[in-house]
Amino acid sequence: MIKNISNLGDSAIYCDFGSEVNETINTNVIDYFNCLSLLIKEKKIQGVNNLTPSYNKLIISFDLSLINFSKLKKIIENLNIEKDIKINNQKIIIPVCCDDSYGLDFERLSKSLNLSKEEILSFFFDKEYFCYMTGFIAGMPFLGDINKKIRFDRLETPRVKIPKGSIGITEQFANIYTHESPGGWNIIGNTPKKIFEKLNIEDPALIKPGDKVSFHQISKEEYLKFND
Amino acid sequence: MTDTYFEILRPGINTTIQDTGRNYLYHIGITVSGAIDQRSYKLANYLTNNKLNEAAIEFAYQGPLLRLKNGKINFAITGNVFFNIIRNNSNVEEGNCYQNYILNDEEQIDIISTKKSVYGYLSVSDGFKLEKTWGSYSINTKAQIGPNDGKKYSINEKIYIKKTNVENVKDKKINYKNYFDNTIRVIKGTNFDYFSNESKNIFFNKTYSVTQLVDRMGMRLDGPNLKNVINTNIKSEGLIRGVIQVPADGKPIILLSDHGTIGGYPKIAVVILADLDKVAQLLPGSKINFKEVNLEEAEKLFKDYKLETDKYLNEYS
Repeated sequence: MIKNISNLGDSAIYCDFGSEVNETINTNVIDYFNCLSLLIKEKKIQGVNNLTPSYNKLIISFDLSLINFSKLKKIIENLNIEKDIKINNQKIIIPVCCDDSYGLDFERLSKSLNLSKEEILSFFFDKEYFCYMTGFIAGMPFLGDINKKIRFDRLETPRVKIPKGSIGITEQFANIYTHESPGGWNIIGNTPKKIFEKLNIEDPALIKPGDKVSFHQISKEEYLKFND
Repeated sequence: MTDTYFEILRPGINTTIQDTGRNYLYHIGITVSGAIDQRSYKLANYLTNNKLNEAAIEFAYQGPLLRLKNGKINFAITGNVFFNIIRNNSNVEEGNCYQNYILNDEEQIDIISTKKSVYGYLSVSDGFKLEKTWGSYSINTKAQIGPNDGKKYSINEKIYIKKTNVENVKDKKINYKNYFDNTIRVIKGTNFDYFSNESKNIFFNKTYSVTQLVDRMGMRLDGPNLKNVINTNIKSEGLIRGVIQVPADGKPIILLSDHGTIGGYPKIAVVILADLDKVAQLLPGSKINFKEVNLEEAEKLFKDYKLETDKYLNEYS
């Protein structure tokens, strides 16, 4: 499971699950994340401030006046992941409009991948994705893995502003810009669905690590009417 | 009865509300925020008899000019700050940091500038009338979270103050020692070995300087390039306050309170907790020398930091 536990500074633990990016390793990370979250909620572990699961790492930051690295390391080493309850992950469907007014990078992608826009879209929509992690900006999901035929590098010069709701792809991943932000991913469409709702205090992020996400294509008319 | 509030006659450069920050949200992409200089922030609350985690106004460089409306309050300013109190008889009284003052209706606080530092704090007895977002009053301007719609304050806006009674307020004053120390102690990062041996030596033996590119998210440094011999990118992973990451250009960046929650640049080192307040107060142009400590030493230094804070907090108990 965890290959190595080390300290990140004096107030965080760095759990290394390996160097590859795949669903098996990431599921391990998420199991640890869910197990620790539950223990914290039940106040069985005190002093932890934050947990950050990512592709193959879990970082746990803590309050050094309440607990320290060696004590927390022991707790993590003794966790029994199998026995603890696993959180049921959800299946989510996201509507996407790929009209050229929203899909900003089809020309660049078509040229480099030697595929038509239709071919790129059929590869993209024909798959259920796995949410590896959320972050960078509030609620942004990192989804994978996209078909090998549509994998491509980031823009050499990132855009200063990517519109809210944009669907981006790069390398083996897809993401959704939950609010306007700078960024360098290839933009292929936009969703009218709210992915992050800051007024929903209890549950602001629609997509969480471990969730399954699929996309379905909608017309510009459907897009414009979506939030009526 | 009308509410007591500060009318903002001049907002200052980056005036926000901060507290101890918000937790348990890294996993959905929301960072900690909170006062950049936690000790100065807590001492402001101490001087105004508040709980130490009460919301305070944080300002940077030039602070706000505030006029008090409909009330009488007790306040204190901490940091290293040049400020005046403009009394109703037009007398201008020069203010001292780390002591409390009574401000009468219609009087003004003019926070002119921080001295040899970046951040300062203004606290009022009983605190401000604000709503918490995810357990914290902190304003995160990048994600637009917190009071004032997550924005820094602008001219003519109002900051409401909770009902307060100043009749029996006693004078409090701390003999605070400002220290200006450019040695920042760090623990080696998880990607320390990504850098060439020469660069490892450079990092600990040469001087870096703070550039103009500094805000509540992070601080970019200038100095000798750090050469990455493994990979200039890592698979994106979590970040914490104090991480020093090095992008492909070889110039280190220190992450501060509003940092992004995940990132893909190698981590050469992490600033120890005891030095986080100090590093964030360094002005653009300041020199930095990094000194390596191990985990045990860092934990001991944090204890010393806490003892020193507690010493100030016990001056009137």
